[in-house]
This record gives sequence, structure tokens and C-alpha cells, in this order.
Amino acid sequence: MLKLKSILSLAIVASALTLTSAQAEEIIKLATTTSTENSGLLKHLLPKFEQESGYKVQVIATGTGKALKLARQGDVDVVMTHAPAAEAKFVNEGYGMMPRGIMENDFVILGPKNDPAKIRSSKTAEEAFAKIADSGVGFVSRGDNSGTNMKELIIWKGAKVEPTFNGYRAVGQGMGKTLLMANELQAYTLSDRGTFVAYKAKLDLAVDYDGGKTLANPYQIMLINPEKYPDLNHKGAKALSDWLIGNEAQGMINSYTVQGEQLFKATYSE
Amino acid sequence: MSEGWLALIQQALSLLFSLDPDVWSIVSVSFSVSLAALAITLIPSMILGFVLAFARFPGRWFATNLVQTTQSIPTVVIGLLVYLMLTRMGPLGDLKWLFTQKGMILGQMMICAPVLIAMSQAAFTSVDKRAWETSRTLGASWLRSVWLVCRELKVPLLMAIVAAFSRILTEVGCSMMVGGNIAGVTRNIPTAIALETSKGDFAQAIALGLVLLILALVLNFTLGTLRGRAEPRSL
Repeated sequence: MLKLKSILSLAIVASALTLTSAQAEEIIKLATTTSTENSGLLKHLLPKFEQESGYKVQVIATGTGKALKLARQGDVDVVMTHAPAAEAKFVNEGYGMMPRGIMENDFVILGPKNDPAKIRSSKTAEEAFAKIADSGVGFVSRGDNSGTNMKELIIWKGAKVEPTFNGYRAVGQGMGKTLLMANELQAYTLSDRGTFVAYKAKLDLAVDYDGGKTLANPYQIMLINPEKYPDLNHKGAKALSDWLIGNEAQGMINSYTVQGEQLFKATYSE
Repeated sequence: MSEGWLALIQQALSLLFSLDPDVWSIVSVSFSVSLAALAITLIPSMILGFVLAFARFPGRWFATNLVQTTQSIPTVVIGLLVYLMLTRMGPLGDLKWLFTQKGMILGQMMICAPVLIAMSQAAFTSVDKRAWETSRTLGASWLRSVWLVCRELKVPLLMAIVAAFSRILTEVGCSMMVGGNIAGVTRNIPTAIALETSKGDFAQAIALGLVLLILALVLNFTLGTLRGRAEPRSL
């Protein structure tokens, strides 16, 4: 009994200590998308920023929809997402400020290695999607309001196909989990290239269609309007945004590779 | 919060009472899967519980403790086991059950069986042995005697069923892993709540939470009434 008590009190003291030490250095809460987290890019960039600035960055990785919602509610200090239309709305409604395009990667249409829907010969992403819908092979959708999910719905619209056909499965999961499901079901799916490369070794899927303007995927970092939420860490947010567009970070983005492939292209220009 | 609490609750209630098809499809997936899992496991588990309570055989002590232990395995671990069995590379990959309701039922069976076995064993152990022996010596058949004992134990056995049912109806780990949360197919109440919360849409999550809450209240009050009738309240 005595032993248990002493262990408990030790635990309480230890947790109190960690709490106070965490408050000693300033925290920046960054809401971002699962793709930047799953691909390992943030682990590559953030330690360097933390070391140089003394801030501590806490990453909340969700879909673009939720990340923007968190920013809208003032639950985070800064937000980095990849859905141009939703981001424009976020800025125009007075919540977001100073949007900066820092990098881009691209989307790829993945499917079984033998390409049963014959989409490799397609001219556009829309044509590839229409072929998938007609083939009955099956399509796994993120279905979680993420940037990838929004992009996918835009392509269906462009292809004039209602995504309710037989074999369409909306799974409401992150990118990695969705890839594993598409792999199990041997169905087609839309993915950002980063997560696909990170998961490649585990998958029996191939890039059956890529390239073209439709599949470009630009990332922006945005600050949150201090008039709406004065008590957020705006200084830290600005510091992070400034650092990401600097030469050093832009170079680090370009030099980040997974299994020998470059995932993101730095795009910031004055 | 930019949206008021009241507005959220209002939205949730209107979703429920306007019989929103999405919400009710989720509720029906939950019930059909969990009821199927319960129905399949119920009788075999009760028989096992009965055997463990009344039979004397070597290894009985070990079996009892094993069942007790499996009761406390986290559902995600069971989910992982079932996932590995059903995956394309797994031993049961040919069934193609991963991300289907069948797979979910299998997982939930593995979750509720230990609860049913352990709780029914406890119930059978508590019964007055003489009831069993009397009915046997009076020449009642084996089956009839079992039935008699079960009737004697109506309340604790029902409690076992309710406990098992509520455990599988509310577990999220195994359903998410094995079912994969596919809209309209394997999306049940807990995985839908997890998804809506991660999207930041709370109205539907609250509506579904209310369904679970109401169900829990109904079940518990029913049990309470049964228990009240079974044993006169001491003042």
C-alpha cells in the first residue's frame, strides 16, 4: 500500500514537472493534413526550426476540412493545408491571413498493377475516373472532407459522374489507411504522391495515371486573424511561416526524399 | 465554439426525428451486425458456461481463468487478430471477408463470447445445486433440468446478455479495423461518431450518441425492474 502511494505521488510530481517545463518554452499549435505528417516531411523540417527559434511545435494532423475548422474556432495558432478553394474562403471570410504557397506535390490515381479499367491510356484525370466508374472494378474514397477528398469530388464533377455507382466506397479514414484498404480490395483510389511513396513497400498497387493540371496539389500556410482571436500565439505562427519560406527551409523541402524519390517541390516566390 | 451548444443539440434532434437516412442506415448497420454476433454466440457460450460451472474435468480451473483473461483483452487487439486472419495474405484471406459485415460479425463474436461465458458461468455457479439434483431425481430429462435452472437464473443470465450486447454495440476499435467504416456498408454508430468528430461535424455525432444513450437507459431500467422483481428490496 505504502509502495503504491509513493509511486503515485512520484507520478504526480513527475507529470507536474513536465507540465511546467513545457510551459517554459513557447508552444505553436499547427493544424495540418495527414499527408504532411504521414510522409515524414514535418519530422524532417520542424526539429531544425525548433532548434533555431526556441519554439516547440505541436502538430495536429487531420484532414484539410477539420484543420481549417480548428483554425476557424481559434483552437490552433497556424494552419497548413492543400485545398485552394476552401483556403480562399477561409481567408475571404476574415479568419485566415497572409496565405503563402510554400510547396506542392501531386495527386496520383492508383490501382491494381494490371490496370483492369485500362486508364493508362487516358488523356485526362476526368477520363480516367469515367473509365473506372464504367468498369465496375471499384473505387475507394477517403470520404472525410480532406483536401484529397475535395479534389476527388471535383474530378467526379468534371467527369460528369455521380460518385454513387456500384463499387464506390467512402471509408472516412486517413490517407494511409485508405491506401491499405484499396490494396486489400484491389480497387482504384486517389492519393497524394507523398503518402503513396511512403507506403509503397506495403502495397500491391501501381500509379495507373498521373500528371496534368488537374492533379497538381499546392500547399499553403496561413496565419489566423488576431482580431478574431487575440490570445493565440501569433508571434510564433508568424515565425514559423517566415521560416518555411526562407531559403534554408525551401532547400530542405526540395532535398527531402523517401526511398530515393523527391516528394515535395518548394514553390515559394515573392 | 463558433456554433452554440443549443444549435448543435437542435440539429442533432432534428436529424433523429426527421429520420435522416444516413443516421438511420448507420443505426441499422450497428444493430444488425451486433445482434447477429450475439445470436450466433449466445447458445454455445451459455452451454460452455454451464459446463464450466457444473462439470468436473481436468483443466477446468485453467479454462475458467483463460475465459476471465480474454474478457479483458482490448477490442483493438481482437480487431488486429481478426484483421490479420482476414487480410489477403492471411490464412482466411480467400473468404474475402475483410471490410465486410461478415468480418465485423466475426470480430464482435470474439469480443462477446468471453463475456457471455464468464457471466453465465458465474450465474450457474451461484444456483442452488439442489434444484438441479431434485429435478434430475424426479426423472426430468437432462434438457428439461437445464431449462429449469435457466428459468431460475433469468435475471443474471439476462444481465450477461445485456452486458455482452452493450460491449459489442459500443466498441470502436475492432469495427474500425475489420469493417473499415465504409459508408452504408460497415459504418456503425461508434465508427461514425469517430469519423464525424474527426471531420468536425458534431451534430450527427451527437445524434448517434443520443441513440446509444437512450438504448443504454432502456436496457438498464429494464434490468433494474427485473432485478427488483427477482429479489424483494430490503428496507
